[in-house]
Amino acid sequence: MAGGAASGGSATTDTYKDARGWLLMPAWSVLLVLSLAPVFMMLVYSFLTKEFRGGVIWEFSLAAYDQFFFDRGLFGDDPPVIEWTYLTIFWRSIWQAGAATILSLLIGFPTAYYIATRPENVRPVWLFLITIPYWVNLLIRTVSMKFLLRDQGPLNDLLMSTGLISEPIHIINTNLAVQLGLFYSYLPFMVLPIYAAVERYNFALSEAAADLYANKWVTLRRVLLPAVKPGVVAGCILVFVPSLGAFLAPDLLGGAKNFMIGSLIEEQFKGNAGNWPFGAAASMVLLTMVLIILLICARQQSKAGKEV
Amino acid sequence: MATPGNDIKSYPGFRFITIACLIILYAPLVVVTIYSFNASKSITVWEGLSLHWYADVFTGPDSGKFKLAARNSFVIAIIAASVSTAIATLAATAMVRGGQFKLRTVSFGLISLPLMVPEIVTAVATLIFFNAIGFDRGLMTILVAHIAFCIPFAYLPISARMQGIEDTYEQAAMDLYATKRQAFTKILMPLMMPGIISGFLLAFIVSLDDFIITNFVKGAGVETLPTAIFGSVKQGIKPNIMAISTMLLGLSIVMVTISYFVSKTDNTK
Repeated sequence: MAGGAASGGSATTDTYKDARGWLLMPAWSVLLVLSLAPVFMMLVYSFLTKEFRGGVIWEFSLAAYDQFFFDRGLFGDDPPVIEWTYLTIFWRSIWQAGAATILSLLIGFPTAYYIATRPENVRPVWLFLITIPYWVNLLIRTVSMKFLLRDQGPLNDLLMSTGLISEPIHIINTNLAVQLGLFYSYLPFMVLPIYAAVERYNFALSEAAADLYANKWVTLRRVLLPAVKPGVVAGCILVFVPSLGAFLAPDLLGGAKNFMIGSLIEEQFKGNAGNWPFGAAASMVLLTMVLIILLICARQQSKAGKEV
Repeated sequence: MATPGNDIKSYPGFRFITIACLIILYAPLVVVTIYSFNASKSITVWEGLSLHWYADVFTGPDSGKFKLAARNSFVIAIIAASVSTAIATLAATAMVRGGQFKLRTVSFGLISLPLMVPEIVTAVATLIFFNAIGFDRGLMTILVAHIAFCIPFAYLPISARMQGIEDTYEQAAMDLYATKRQAFTKILMPLMMPGIISGFLLAFIVSLDDFIITNFVKGAGVETLPTAIFGSVKQGIKPNIMAISTMLLGLSIVMVTISYFVSKTDNTK
């Protein structure tokens, strides 16, 4: 699973060179029709007029983006005023996803490092243990987290029975619950790329640093971290990006006060709001943000690759 | 490198964090599994071991709904995983055994597109697309959306496996006058089988587990297991949900474990 991510690879042969058009055709047709065309269609819909209770009227309109960014409308008589409702939701999503990423890094880095420094034959077992929960249904994992963190849940019971606390800690429906949920959803994505980077790291560098009287933590910060930085960046993206558009964790663990982009979009299509062009526009803004992040990181990674 | 380096390699606290990490990952799953065997009607009080809630899933008041949802889920997962695995196998052959070509990078980008786009965006885009072409929402829309979404999950283990197989076996077969088609079906495919099985199982789990896309593209009244569970959880966590969850969780773990061991088998010897 982990190794496959580095695909593309150059270890190819050309045995089936003549047939490759036919071999690729099914994948191309399915993905062009079902992955790429829908994104363009979504872009088109974001510029259409909304029909009440879902759907669109085929009439060009900027209303969706106008509603997203401006109060009172860009085209009214009054000077436009920035509308903060939706930008606040986006900002909260970025903040929550960022916090979840940092949490994942703080736990994921030591874990990845520890696993990568185990004897070679037991590493796959450790990695497997880390990845199993990822393959368990995300909905079930999120519900389990909710069950565990409830006010009358097992975690509070345990803490109270040990006498550490006298009142249950209120975690559900707080920012912390959402961050924990996101962290729990995507932690393996942090561990795997960092593990791959540490495994390739040449520990002779750490030894050289130690010989030059650097202590362990200085070695970690000045020698190891710069060397495994691409893995750390990849891990952070892989946690941050899906967290940004997450729906289940904020919906089930966060409650109404901790609304994130995912819930805002969902409400336009499944909930009461029923404004498809607005939902499409919000999705476009989210997609644009994600693509910008991926582009910046891809450029940085290729730059870092050239330096080495 | 020899063991003396070990001292420099180890950092205090890292072992502790790793163990804490595993506890965090498994605690919620273990707790739900334990409570699914609770005899009590309440989810807070423990009243001893019982299989009551498992019986409830199969015979209780909600059993009809869950059975139908389970059937939908499994039928969709089997078809979606089979189709996407077949597509991914052909694509991987072109990518790994097709030499260098102009559209190779673009093809790889297209195959991994569903992984890069946030799932909720894929869900919105797919719903809008079906609406625009007038495709009525129902089981078919779920199936079609799942086929596209599962392709990268099937592709990655298959292409990883193919990269690990030297082409000397196929070359040898062709030196002995096997056609390319024969070299593909008689030599490459059998060698690829562990990768294909592993890709199929991962695609199967991804389809079975998907909530976001399914929730968007399903028709009114059509449910799969995740959407049925979500609908029920919205009214509060009930013990029968924990029993279903435990069964699904067990199934996922079994399938991933099989996938792991199959992909490790070395049948090139």
